[in-house]
Formats: sequence, C-alpha cells, structure tokens
Amino acid sequence: MSNSASVIFQERKDQILRKGQDAFDMSCNRESLAGAVSQRACVFCGSRVVLYPIADALHLVHGPIGCAAYTWDIRGALSSGPDLHRLSFSTDLQEKDIIFGGEEKLYRALTELIDRHHPKAAFVYSTCIVGIIGDDLEAVCRKVASEKEIPVLPVQSEGFKGNKREGYGAACKAMFRLMGSGDTEDISPLSLNILGDFNLAGEIWIIRKYFDRMGIQTVANITGDGRVEDLGRAHGAALNVVQCSGATMELAKMMKESFGTPFLRVSYFGVEDMAESLYQIARFFEPKDPGIMERTRELVKTELSVLYPQLQEYRRELTGKKAAIYVGGAFKAFSLVKAFRLLGMKVVLVGSQTGTEEDYKELYEITDEGTIIVDDSNPLELSSFLKEKDVDVFVGGVKERPIAYKLGVGFCDHNHERKQPLEGFIGMLNFAREIHSSVMSPVWRFVPRRKAR
Amino acid sequence: MLLRHTTKEIKERQALTVNPAKTCQPIGAMYAALGIHNCLPHSHGSQGCCAYHRSTLTRHYKEPVMAGTSSFTEGASVFGGQANLLQAIDTIFTVYDPDVIAVHTTCLSETIGDDIPQIAKKAEAEGKIPKGKYVIHANTPSYVGSHVTGFATMTRAMVDYFAESNGHKIDQINIIPGYVEPSDMEEIKRIVSELGLRAVMFPDTSNVLNRPQTGRFDMFPKGGTTVEALRSTGNSKATIALGRLASGPAARALDAKCKVMCEILDLPIGLAATDAFVDTLRRLGGVNVPDSINIERGQMLDIITDMHQYFYGKKVGLVGDPDQLISLTEFLVSIDMWPIYVVTGTPGKKFESKIVEITRDVPHEVKVAAGGDMFLFHQWLKNEPVDLMMGNTYLKYISRDEDIPFVRFGFPILDRVGHSYFPTVGYRGGMRVLEKILDALLDKKDRESPEESFELVL
Repeated sequence: MSNSASVIFQERKDQILRKGQDAFDMSCNRESLAGAVSQRACVFCGSRVVLYPIADALHLVHGPIGCAAYTWDIRGALSSGPDLHRLSFSTDLQEKDIIFGGEEKLYRALTELIDRHHPKAAFVYSTCIVGIIGDDLEAVCRKVASEKEIPVLPVQSEGFKGNKREGYGAACKAMFRLMGSGDTEDISPLSLNILGDFNLAGEIWIIRKYFDRMGIQTVANITGDGRVEDLGRAHGAALNVVQCSGATMELAKMMKESFGTPFLRVSYFGVEDMAESLYQIARFFEPKDPGIMERTRELVKTELSVLYPQLQEYRRELTGKKAAIYVGGAFKAFSLVKAFRLLGMKVVLVGSQTGTEEDYKELYEITDEGTIIVDDSNPLELSSFLKEKDVDVFVGGVKERPIAYKLGVGFCDHNHERKQPLEGFIGMLNFAREIHSSVMSPVWRFVPRRKAR
Repeated sequence: MLLRHTTKEIKERQALTVNPAKTCQPIGAMYAALGIHNCLPHSHGSQGCCAYHRSTLTRHYKEPVMAGTSSFTEGASVFGGQANLLQAIDTIFTVYDPDVIAVHTTCLSETIGDDIPQIAKKAEAEGKIPKGKYVIHANTPSYVGSHVTGFATMTRAMVDYFAESNGHKIDQINIIPGYVEPSDMEEIKRIVSELGLRAVMFPDTSNVLNRPQTGRFDMFPKGGTTVEALRSTGNSKATIALGRLASGPAARALDAKCKVMCEILDLPIGLAATDAFVDTLRRLGGVNVPDSINIERGQMLDIITDMHQYFYGKKVGLVGDPDQLISLTEFLVSIDMWPIYVVTGTPGKKFESKIVEITRDVPHEVKVAAGGDMFLFHQWLKNEPVDLMMGNTYLKYISRDEDIPFVRFGFPILDRVGHSYFPTVGYRGGMRVLEKILDALLDKKDRESPEESFELVL
C-alpha cells in the first residue's frame, strides 16, 4: 500500500496506474468528478488558446467580462507583425442583455471594431451564457460578414459543452471555414502547413527555418504567428504536419477529407522526435525531390554536432535525477519522456489533463517500471506522488508551479509561461539548461523537507 | 508599439469593452472564501471558470490556490446543477474534509436558476454534510458588478451564515479589511494589536496566500478566520469596515442581524485615511494611540516633507478598484500630486461623484470613469500624457508604449513580487507607496537627464 492511497478518490482509481504493478487498463476522457480540484479547463479555454495566436484577426469574446479578462494576452504566442490578438475585446454582457438577448450588442461591437481596426477576419467566441440565452451567433456573424466583406466566424465554444478538447474542435471548425478561399498559384510542390504550434517564445520560427533549409515552403502557421490570408490558402500545401495532436488533429482530418491534404504527426520536442519528424517529412517529399533526404541528414548532423557536446555536460550532472510530468495534452508527454531519458533522468510520474486511451497506452509502453501514469489529476494526488517518488523536477503549467515550489522541487514550465523556446534542437539545449538550472539550484538546500537528504 | 491600435479620437462605446479594468464576480468570491480557515471555495459552474480563477490568483500570489468546481456539462446546463453540487459536496467532505465549503455561483448556474440554499438543504437531509461542517453560498453572477462585488457578497455571506448574538457584548471589534492583499490584512491586524485591542478580522487571507516555504503542500493553510471567530462577530461591540464597496454590505448585514454598530471607512491608504482608521480604533477601543504608531506616522510624514518637491504638480493616471482609488486619489491630492485620470471597470455613479469631490481643488481638469476600461484610459493619455501611472499589471503595455513611469498597484499583479508580503495600508504601507512613487519618478529622471544636469543627490 503506497502512502498516496489515502488521497486518491475511489472513483479515480482506474485513472491512475503504476507500470509493472498494474496491467494496462486506463479509464480516461471522461467527465471530471464534481468537487475534485481538477486542473482542467473548459471548451472556451480550448478554443481561445488555439485561435488566439492568429495575429491579424479580431478576437471578440461574446459574454460577461471574465472570459475575456482571463484570456487577455494569456500566453506568449509571438507575432512577427500585427498584434491585434494581444488586445482584449468583450461585449461585457450585463443583466439586461441576459434578459433581452445580446445579439444587438454583439452586432454593434463587431461593427465598431471592424471599422476601427480593419482586421482580415473576425472570430466571435461563444461563452456559457450565450449558449443558455440562445443568441444566434451564426446569424449575426453572417450579417456583419456581408456588410463588412470580411470573414466573420462564430466559434461555438460554450464552456459547459465539455473540456478543452471540445474547444479545440470548435476552433478547428471555425478555421476550416477560412480555407479554400485564397490563391494557391505560387505554392511549391514541396510545401506544408505547420499545425499545432503556437509560436511560444518564437518556436515556430525555429521550425520554419529547418523547413527552409530542407527546401520546403511553409504555407500557413496554424496558429502561432498565424495570418488569415495564409489560412485561406492552406489547402494549397502538399502536406500538413501536426503537432499537439489534440488541438489541431481535427483540422488535419477535415482538410484531408475536403482537399485531400495528407498529414503527418510530428513533435519538435527533444532530439529524437525532432530528428525523426524531419526525416518523416523528408521521406514524404523524397519522390518529388530525391535530394531532400541528404539535405535533411546534413541539417540534423550539423545541429547535433553543436548540441551533443553541450548536452553531455548537463547529462553528467543530471544522470539519475527524477522527473515528473503533468501537461495538458499527452503528445507533449511522449517527447518529454524521451527528452529526459536523453538527459539520463528517470521519469517517475507522467500525466495529462486530456489524454486518450491510445495516448496512455503509448505512455505505458515508453515509460520505465514503477512509473505512475495519471489522467485528470489534482493537486493533492500530484503532491503526494511528488513526495513519494522524491522528485527533483516537475514539468507542468501555471497551476502546478507553486505546488512544486512549496514542496521544494525544481520546475520547468512547458506550457503558456515558457520564456525560452523548447522546440527544435536548440530548444532541447534550452530545455536541458533550464532543467539543469532548476534541479541543481542551491535554493533547494534551504527547503526544510529536503535538508534531511 | 503593442497598443498602436489605440486611437486618439474618442467615440462613445456602449456595446464593447476593450482591455478591461475589472473582471468577474466569482474570482472575488473565491478570494474572500480563501480567507476562511479550513475552507474550500467551490465554483458552481463550468470547469473553465474555476481554472481561470485559480490560475489568475496563482499568477498574482505565486501560491497554490485550491478550489472545487461542479464541472457543469451540457446535461447540467439543461437539467440544472443540483446533482453536480450534491456530488461535489459529498466528494469534498469525504476526501478533502474542510470545515466549510463556500459555494459561489457563475453566470451559467445563475441563469439556469440553481437555488444553492435549497441544494445545500437537500445535501444536509441526505447526510452529505457531516456534523459541525458547513456549506455557505454567495450569488455572484458574472454579468453584474465586478470582482469587487463578488468579494463583498461572499464576505457578507460569512455574516449571514455564521454571525450569532447571545445578547452579551464582548470587548472585541470586528474588522472587515476589504479586497486588499494578505500583507495588508496582516498590517491591519498589527496596527490593531499595537493599540492593544482585541479584534476579529474577516476575511483574512494572510498566511493563506503569502505563506512561507515550509517544504510542504498544505491543502488548507494555517491562516484564515475560523468559524468560531466568525460566530463571535455577532457579539462584538462594533465593526470597522474598510472600503465601502467591498466591506460595507457585510458590516450593514451584521448591524441588521446582530445589532453590531458599524463604522464604514475608506481603506487606510495614505495619511488621512490611516489617521481616520487609527482614530476610530482609539475611540471605539477607548485607548490611547501608542508611541509606536505615532512614530510610524511621523516617519511617513517625514518622507512626504523631505521629498515634497518631487511630488507637487505631477500628473497621475490611476486605474483600479473603487475602494482603493478613492483612498489613493485622496492621498495623492494631499501631497499635491494631480490625479487627472481615474478609471475603474466597476460600474457605479457614486464613485464618479466621490472622485470629483476629492479632486475639486486640483488645478486641472480631472476625468473619471466608472465602468471604463484601459482603452479609454489610454485614449485620454494620448490626448494629454501624465507623469506617472498606477494600476495593475495590464498597464505595462501603456507604460511601455508611452514611456510613462508606472507603479504596480491593485489586482492583478502578474509580473512582480512583493505585493503579498509588503502592505500599502497604514503608515508603513504609505511609506512603501511613497517609496515606489519616488523610485519610478526619480529613476526616469536619472535615466533621462542630460549629462550636465545629471545629479548625484536628489
């Protein structure tokens, strides 16, 4: 009996497993237990984080002020040009709007904003309350679109319709409506769209440079540093490469169905996954350009020759240290498990808010004996696991950070608050440096719990 | 220029808020509930609300913030959230075992019409609330008022649910501190104890949201007002409510329910407002102000006189919450600074007239907006700049674009620490505010003075 048993809800027992002790049988993607201090968010949140990086679009939140206030410039999704996305626009619904409906207000807000900012398109986010009072978002958007002659896209992101995953779907549906409109004439046969990268700390710029070096044209960034016009011609690209599978996989599937665009699942985190992703893409284009494989090999070789010696230094000190991972989508966890292995570290806990059964099966396969795998966890569980496994560093998001620090455990934000790019080969080095700095930091020596070690 | 979209020309907006200077009620209710000892705030709505509030509070306080959620789904939104809340109450008492669950509603549960007291009664009847444990509630629809309203409503709920009177007054004063930082609550308690008075303060987030590193994660930290203390507020001889908007409703409710007379004061930010607070304590407690407090006052006054040449005539723009802004504006006017723009997102006509009254002798036009936003504030600045801005972190965009010195003040502060440990209330807090203002003004002066007039001594 582990000392964590006491904090685990009976109802959640089948959402937690220990590799080696339990056979794979994971219950996931189910509704959170009411009353549990879940780390999950809502549909609106999912839509908002996916679409928000489209920098030259207007993003109007139709609802009470909170939904707009909490998502104002919420993550560091960088733009190389326009920055309309970093402002917060809300219809700020009041009691009388709830009673009489908010359509008129929405219409006026949209009209005013479009006249002032001349955006390339507008996304209008529905919130819980809009779903209840029944405003016809679709009709208002259609009317404004025809008057202002720009795409005005409703995002059906009523918070209560599920968790973030459903929000990703609503975002994909909205984006899909932009596609097929643009001119695709100058698009190279060696071309792709980057899906599921949000350009946190400038990551998409690193990846685009790799594609440039391979001789591949990037048509649309979806959505980091995104542009409406690029989305409009995204259907002209030869391939979709999909990262963060939860967020944009649905869009890739829709594009495949409607435009026949094939897609590949990729990850830019860690050396192994980064290199394998580039090779996968090179293999895809090899029939069209036999030289591409050689160029890709050269790229990887050049990058690794710089990277490896530096990584070895970190590895020397990090070998044997223990890491815990709790992230939003499971895809990131796969890469992180491998990245930690490259650093000689052991992953003793891995979990996600919204992983699927296949995700957890894959995690089960790639992790070591004794690793705890968990779905939709909560602070009490997480903290007991961290203590039980005597973890050295925790990778998570905003709500996990203070829990780690209170326990005196190092932390790396692999979510909205990352300040260094973690993607690409250079990203692996940044990651190693950040992990090393946090794990080896002398400050933990002052922490009462760890003094005893 | 992040805010290059801000136009100089100002048109009236009725349908739209741009860059809000407020947020919604539930987060205020959650913050207030964290000031009850052994209490788990509970958000009766979708999961996102709770996640956003916890994230925002975490980013502001750099502390774990615990709260439950009813995790509404489509079904709950059609059939009501009763089943979710019953399940939540059961889960929370079984697993987390707090003394109190403080439920606040959201726009969703308000609109579908969930009746929280009725659901709580049902939970009790079904044996889901253990003996000696409590479920309290506050109605906090997001489409009314702001986060300050939510704080006020949850604070009032503490009175409605717990205050009792047995007819025997005890030698104790109630203090309702307002929507201030844990550091401010700590400072208010210290001032009260310097005067040798016995007091109950509620809510009290000190040692909850500014707690020390202990190497432990405690679901329920040591701080917070206990249920027992809350109960005793009905027998106190008086209540001092700091901040009309955040603390007034609870104080008046206590007067109506238990006949505890109340004095509603401005937040003790600045010299005059702190004087009023200390004097009220002295009067109600029947004590003399000790030397220790007089010395602090003298020190604050000393800074004001020593440095007054850097204050006078400086134009200031303020964005924040009504209670804070009223005291701060008065403070700035009292040291001859000119608060010429005052914006709060919280609606309320009284606020506007109060600011007009406080600034009537400022020899400059003063613009004030309740229910305003930062876009409007920025537009004003574009038409006539100021020397200093004070407000929450979101002002940093404007500060950067317009190159205006900026003192972080209010909620939320997402990019600096200190606010949860060092107060801005009381004389010591006043000294800190003065230091911050001077640092901002003089750093700019040092940075921008031409070489020939760059001076060592200021």
